[in-house]
Amino acid sequence: MTQPIIQLVNIVKSFDSQLVLDHLNLDFPAGKTTVIAGASGQGKSVTLKLILGLIKPDSGQILVDGRDITEMRRKELNDIRADFGVLFQGAALLDSLTLFENVALPLQERTNLNNKKIHEQVRSSLVQFGLEDHEDKYPAQLSGGMKKRAGLARALQLKPRIMLFDEPTTGLDPEKSMEIYRLFFDTQQKFGYTSIIVSHDIPRIFNLADQVVVMNRGRVTTFMPPEEIQRSEIPEIKSLIRHTMGDIYMG
Amino acid sequence: MIVRFIEKLGRDSLYYMHDLGRMGIFLAHSVIGVFMRPFRFRALLKQIRLIGANSVSLIFFTGAFTGMVLGLQGYYTLLKFGSEGWLGSTVALSLIRELGPVLTALMVTGRAGSAMCAEIGIMRNSEQIDALECMAVSPFRYLISPKVVATIISVPILTQIFNVVGIFGGYFAGIILLNGNPGAYFSSIEQSLVNQDITLGITKSFVFAMLIVWICTGRGYFVHQIRNAGFGAEGVSRVTTQAVVLSSISILVWDYLLTAMLL
Ligand SMILES: Nc1ncnc2c1ncn2[C@@H]1O[C@H](COP(=O)(O)OP(=O)(O)OP(=O)(O)O)[C@@H](O)[C@H]1O
Ligand SMILES: [Mg+2]
Repeated sequence: MTQPIIQLVNIVKSFDSQLVLDHLNLDFPAGKTTVIAGASGQGKSVTLKLILGLIKPDSGQILVDGRDITEMRRKELNDIRADFGVLFQGAALLDSLTLFENVALPLQERTNLNNKKIHEQVRSSLVQFGLEDHEDKYPAQLSGGMKKRAGLARALQLKPRIMLFDEPTTGLDPEKSMEIYRLFFDTQQKFGYTSIIVSHDIPRIFNLADQVVVMNRGRVTTFMPPEEIQRSEIPEIKSLIRHTMGDIYMG
Repeated sequence: MIVRFIEKLGRDSLYYMHDLGRMGIFLAHSVIGVFMRPFRFRALLKQIRLIGANSVSLIFFTGAFTGMVLGLQGYYTLLKFGSEGWLGSTVALSLIRELGPVLTALMVTGRAGSAMCAEIGIMRNSEQIDALECMAVSPFRYLISPKVVATIISVPILTQIFNVVGIFGGYFAGIILLNGNPGAYFSSIEQSLVNQDITLGITKSFVFAMLIVWICTGRGYFVHQIRNAGFGAEGVSRVTTQAVVLSSISILVWDYLLTAMLL
């Protein structure tokens, strides 16, 4: 197993009186793809937000390259975040900017490239993602799949070392989902990033995974390789698989 | 019963202290952001258009009618004392010292402040602010600071427009409609208006601008953490109402304080 790039150590997180993460321990190996599955409301999105430093844990450590981000000042945290790319559950494009401006934003804000270079780079990635005909549209004028692709394009502009995906395919039809997976696969081949994917798209998502993590009541069970999960006898896992795949699989 | 009351009192005070604290930190970040590179001229121009330029007709209208009603009221009141020659100075002083800055600020709160609050609140709720943070783009510098600068530029200018239009409105009502003395109107202004009045008016308009942009963007920014605000669209609408009310009250309170301090 490779050295973990992100480690969650004994994370406890509660909202008001609700305990969401209960001494969570989890390692994400560098250059690998970890899929986080689990029923709704088990703290998957919360885990991603913790890794991004958007919320703070009640206790525990979040180590990125061995450094604890919970102790960091804003500036240090920003330096770490420059290595992250994120695709949010709702894509989170800025809705007063056009698609083109959205994808160009990280380049404008975080690099010293001149306008011409930025234009070239954004154009070529829009072509890669099949969005070149829609670059002047605003997010409200885009379909769900286009928004996800645009979010992915934006997240990849700064060549992140770590990509986080929160339900990249939820709400898309199977064909569109496959398209996202293909883009995901191509870009990972190209950039070699470590990726963390939260997804309900079981079992298809397992094809992408090097490691599968199932969250249940604020704790995790890790499986490696992913094939094991389908043979698992643990009741929570069986019920998860039954719920998400229906009787066809069980039958 | 009493214990419960004290408990609630304690909880409330803690909450308000906490709220004030985070609003203070928010203000500091937004103001520091103003001085950080890169300077966002395009964003600034856009905000000046939204906050300032688009409010000009509204300010023109309110200024004209405020001046006219001052002219009308003032004329009859001064007539009782046989001093209707001072109409110009009455109108101008009321406008420059009090009504111009206050009414302009209230109008900008209603028109632009509510819009700012809702915009930032929606960006917060739809994770756009989180997305900016994750791209290591400071939401203060990117979103808030241009609004701060634009408001601070726009409100004093709008206030001056309000004053000038109001003075002519007073002239129209008191002199043209009621046949007052045209020469006395402007000469009385010249005689009674001192530098201090103008300084007071301008100081007020800067302070009010700061209050508007601070309260309105700050409420929107913390929409997800404001107690009892509710969530989603409802949260944004409640918080926007709250921002407008809070901003208006602060403007009136600070108007009194500044008049008392600088008189
Ligand atoms: N800001 C918050 N305030 C209060 N409770 C929250 C907050 N964010 C999340 N929670 C709670 O934490 C729990 C975990 O939420 P989370 O969004 O991580 O679920 P999830 O596993 O991503 O679910 P889904 O698959 O439906 O997206 C939920 O019970 C949710 O109600
Ligand atoms: Mg989620």
